[in-house]
Amino acid sequence: MAKITFITKDQETIVAEADSGSVMELAVAHNVKGIDADCGGVCSCATCHVHVAADYMDKLEAAGEIEKDMLEFADNASDFSRLSCQMKITEAMDGMVLNVAN
Amino acid sequence: MKKSALPDPFEKARLEKGFGEVEDQEDPVIMVLRHKDVRKCAHNWKTFQSGAAPGRIVVPSEVNIRDTRQIPFELDPPLHREYRDLMEDWFRRPLQAPYQAQLSAQISAAIEEVLTKDSVEVVGDFSLPLQSRALTLLLNIPFEEAEKWIAWGTHVFRSEESALDGDKANILYDYIDQEIDKAIEHPGEDLYSVLLASEAQGRKLTKEEVKGTMILTFAGGRDTVINAVTNSIAYFAEHPESLNRLRSEPEIIARAVEELIRYFAPLTHMGRVATEDAQVCEHAVKADSRISLCWASANRDAAVFENPNEVVLDRKINPHLGFGFSHHKCLGATHARQILKTLLHVLIEKVESIDIQDSVENIENWGEFNRKVGFDQLQVKFNALK
Ligand code: HEM
Ligand code: FES
Repeated sequence: MAKITFITKDQETIVAEADSGSVMELAVAHNVKGIDADCGGVCSCATCHVHVAADYMDKLEAAGEIEKDMLEFADNASDFSRLSCQMKITEAMDGMVLNVAN
Repeated sequence: MKKSALPDPFEKARLEKGFGEVEDQEDPVIMVLRHKDVRKCAHNWKTFQSGAAPGRIVVPSEVNIRDTRQIPFELDPPLHREYRDLMEDWFRRPLQAPYQAQLSAQISAAIEEVLTKDSVEVVGDFSLPLQSRALTLLLNIPFEEAEKWIAWGTHVFRSEESALDGDKANILYDYIDQEIDKAIEHPGEDLYSVLLASEAQGRKLTKEEVKGTMILTFAGGRDTVINAVTNSIAYFAEHPESLNRLRSEPEIIARAVEELIRYFAPLTHMGRVATEDAQVCEHAVKADSRISLCWASANRDAAVFENPNEVVLDRKINPHLGFGFSHHKCLGATHARQILKTLLHVLIEKVESIDIQDSVENIENWGEFNRKVGFDQLQVKFNALK
């Protein structure tokens, strides 16, 4: 089980738990504002963009080429940016804090 | 080759030089063909603007047939954002349950009706009514209004004789003027009234701005949706195994919709005007000349998509540009996606198979490229699931 905290642009905090699926799916299931996931998770919309807390960056599988290319042009992109639909939930994510980018 | 197949006419030019050239009313267009370049140019509004003379970023150019600026389409940041922000929430209404229920009822009724017939012309007698009725939900106006739009036919801006038919466009413009006047007199809960009550640049939207927004809502969502619906019917007619797969795995429907949009790319390309001397794939683009972002070519770029010319229904990574890219990406995409998802749900629930009886292809000519984009006519029989 991984417990993940989402912080939205208007500073609302949502804590959610799961042991499978993607981080985007978890966010959508909990109506996290700013995670619209327009494309349903196929890496074409960037409306699932989050900033990962620095201490968790190295616990994640690195972003693939296509995700990196998407992020290159995303609004508010930083070194901590990820597309949450491409983040498969793992135990290592337990305790992770994500700031919704938009 | 299957009738539903849409070959990629851009491959050779995309690989060899990365661009193509189209003549258009003495205002030529450099078509940008590679996925990476299309995204880069779409993002770079400072060099490749949308806010040129109204109609100029459309290919073929509409500068000679309209003066009304389409909003937010023909604006650049930061003004673009101000107008687009007014519309975002409204265009997300297709995610609400009552909207989805109504759309589902509309599409179920449309399928029930065609199931009673021996032969149906899909473009005019299925896709056009479906698109028009669904648009009443997006505009939040009475269902009956769709009958008027259906009567306009499929080519409200185009006729068989010429690609740019000013008279036909006037039908739409005059209609929208009338509807705006009605909404001014009797404000309601519809999109016209919402826009008329909105503010940008510190003042109310002008009538001309509301008109420019409504024209775009009608024009942008008409041929594209009709194309996507018609091509979907042709595809499932020739791929019964895909229909059966969705029946047993309905959870992949959202991905299937993205893949169909990638493959169909209902809008082939859209232009921009260079604000300064620039380059695309080492080819000079002069200030005040045009480029176009070719979504259809980008969607078949093998540098990004494995088996680009195949429909892979559950394609997991699919950064297609069918709905455009960056700040101008399609505002109607939520509505369009909901239409297609609903259509697939209704098809698997009610339709066993579809037989194509006859078809007339719609081929676009862009300079050296001839692109089959879909059908002018598609005659089929829908067979009910027993
Ligand atoms: C399958 C159907 C559709 C496709 C493939 C499609 C495609 C596109 C594309 C490629 C763009 C980007 C244009 C550019 O970058 O210059 C766009 C923009 C737009 N589309 Fe769609 N579209 C579809 C349906 C709709 C519908 C149903 C509506 C509304 C009723 C709509 C309204 C718009 C608007 C308003 C814009 C401009 C957004 C902006 O400039 O910020 N579209 N569309
Ligand atoms: S949900 Fe569309 S890119 Fe992640």
